[in-house]
Amino acid sequence: MKIVVGQGSCGVASGAKKTSDALENLISTEGLDARVELAGCVGNCYLEPIVDIYDNDKELTARYVQVQPADVPAIVESHVKNGKVLNEKLISEKDEAFLSNQKRIVLRNAGIIDPEDINEYIAIGGYEGIKKVLTTMSQDDVIEEIKVSGLRGRGGAGFPTWFKWNAAKQSPGTEKYMCCNADEGDPGAFMDRSVLEGDPHSLIEGMTIGGYAMGASEGVIYVRAEYPLAIKRLNIALGQAREKGFLGENILGSNYSYDIRIKAGAGAFVCGEETALIASLEGERGMPRLKPPFPAQKGFWQKPTNINNVETFANVPWIITEGGAAFGAMGTDKSKGTKVFALAGKIKKGGLVEVPMGLPLKDVIYGIGDGVKNDKAFKAVQMGGPSGGCIPAALIDTPVDYENINKTGAIVGSGGMIVMDEDTCMVDMARYFLDFTRKESCGKCNYCRVGTKRMLEILERITQGKGKDGDIELLEELALKIRDGSMCGLGQTAPNPVLTTIKYFRHEYEDHIYNKHCTAHYCKALITFTINDKCIGCTACARQCPVGAITGEVKGQHVVDHDKCIKCGKCEEACKFSAVIRD
Amino acid sequence: MCENCGAEPQATDLDLKELDPILEKYGKIKGSLISILQQTQDIHGYLSKEAIDYISKKTGITPAKIYGVATFYAQFRLEPIGEYLIMLCQGTACHVNGAALIEEAITEYLGIQDNETTPDNKFTLNNVACLGCCSLAPVMMIKSKDGDETFGNLTKTKVVEAIKQIQSR
Repeated sequence: MKIVVGQGSCGVASGAKKTSDALENLISTEGLDARVELAGCVGNCYLEPIVDIYDNDKELTARYVQVQPADVPAIVESHVKNGKVLNEKLISEKDEAFLSNQKRIVLRNAGIIDPEDINEYIAIGGYEGIKKVLTTMSQDDVIEEIKVSGLRGRGGAGFPTWFKWNAAKQSPGTEKYMCCNADEGDPGAFMDRSVLEGDPHSLIEGMTIGGYAMGASEGVIYVRAEYPLAIKRLNIALGQAREKGFLGENILGSNYSYDIRIKAGAGAFVCGEETALIASLEGERGMPRLKPPFPAQKGFWQKPTNINNVETFANVPWIITEGGAAFGAMGTDKSKGTKVFALAGKIKKGGLVEVPMGLPLKDVIYGIGDGVKNDKAFKAVQMGGPSGGCIPAALIDTPVDYENINKTGAIVGSGGMIVMDEDTCMVDMARYFLDFTRKESCGKCNYCRVGTKRMLEILERITQGKGKDGDIELLEELALKIRDGSMCGLGQTAPNPVLTTIKYFRHEYEDHIYNKHCTAHYCKALITFTINDKCIGCTACARQCPVGAITGEVKGQHVVDHDKCIKCGKCEEACKFSAVIRD
Repeated sequence: MCENCGAEPQATDLDLKELDPILEKYGKIKGSLISILQQTQDIHGYLSKEAIDYISKKTGITPAKIYGVATFYAQFRLEPIGEYLIMLCQGTACHVNGAALIEEAITEYLGIQDNETTPDNKFTLNNVACLGCCSLAPVMMIKSKDGDETFGNLTKTKVVEAIKQIQSR
């Protein structure tokens, strides 16, 4: 019997390591015939820690969810000892639908295999792609297969992968580099982390296939320092791949030699831009430069270089073994295959969702994510992080593919999908993103460096109740100038969160500026607390108020003194009778 | 004594010799400055002026360039930190789910703002970009010599409990 405990970063944060330790202890003290293994994250993050039991080592018999150490004895007693599935902790049918409604290619192994054991990857067909490539395919054959698949870069821009590989192949020289951008910087996106932690070999295989196609001598993975577990597992995986001969001199007896190393990033969002990433790889400040020359001509150390995202590479082994046509059969006319989305925010079932391109937003948010937390009203979904935008509820039927999402003003980006409800203030969201891009601007271009700062100042004053007539128009003017006057993607897209929120939620901006009222009751400077007649005079709020702004007799309705009130919201938290009203 | 201003060098308990193996390993590989700084920070907890001068002397990279790189990236610190580094996630999902309230609770309980350290040198608070545990938002990671611990689904009460629990260790 095999027991698998999902241990991605989020699983560990939910206590998966403790659960796993408890299982191991109990099994060894009772001398039972079962072994406990680890796996990456299966994607049902809201159900962590997850324990899978495989009775005959191969087929999943039962998936237990939210298993804390205290639940371990019951599961061991019932399932491990007596072979009886314990229904109380079993995943519900509805939750199973979270996974069964998906189509998993990138995440095909995540949460299933042990990422620290190469044999498990090989046992389910891993490294067959590289074998096929090195024994039966030329470099051009590989590029052609990727072209047939229609795979486009999953990092954000959606550029055809085959085109980049071909350009790098055609550049003269023998010293070439294949780089992987694993510097997942978009706040709200974590699909790359899941692949790195849960299935590192599929990345290594994809990078090796790509390396062969373009004729690279070395691969480099640029991974965020904020992902310590990912770095650890990648290192283990690289070591095992070398031992088995999938990396190094004359891979699998062919005359192709190639190895991969890791370079830890140091925390700079702009390093997602390829020329900035190259500067960072060279140990410099990660500042973008003008293109051309493109990295395919002059990249890392001035040599031809190709950069793809983790998710893009993870698709490659599948495409090679199953065929480009099978991949191209999924998705829409121009957006092929599947895409992984990180569903988070005010969503009932957050996690990683992989679906064919072109599925309507609604099917992802309601069909898979089960809708908005606490059954509040759905307001918008933010896609593409700081370079993207907010798509309003009215456009929830939009198919999720590059072209249709671009039409809304947002972008698919790396796939972050943050759901927002009626309590989310859209002006504050714009402020939040501008605060982010302002901090992350490298400072090279005036428009980006100064412009984002000015936009942020305007947004801050609007949320503080000091907005002026003409601010919206000023924001729009600045937005267009920053877009046109910046050299790299960071500046060019930085105004998107502002432009989309003005486009779809102009009334919220106007409410802030002209009525000094925050539509979502979020902006502190613009809210007021009052106590209505539901108050029974329990005095709980008055006792919690740090500034003595609430007065009233015991058993009598209390009153808030607005001059004293600092809007900390403690009265609202303390009231058990919903008598404190926020407006 | 400094030849230019006459100031006495500040007493420091940092052992610069500890950096020798790193400089030995990376000093000759071009483009390794970030790796050198990362490992120096792992040993000392921050990048001191002394360490930067030492790296400069050993590698020939000017201090100005080292400062340029060190101040560009969010990971590097030029000031020492407490025993426990509280990395409070400011990703979008955390923001939407109330990271600001969690920050308030930490600030209120420990009396420190972002980038400050408690007087007993126990805790430093750092607001960081997304930690990638978005489905558990709001999230914080606490780093110490014992490793990294992640705490998810935080509330004002839970975050204070977690800090109290560390204080009692």
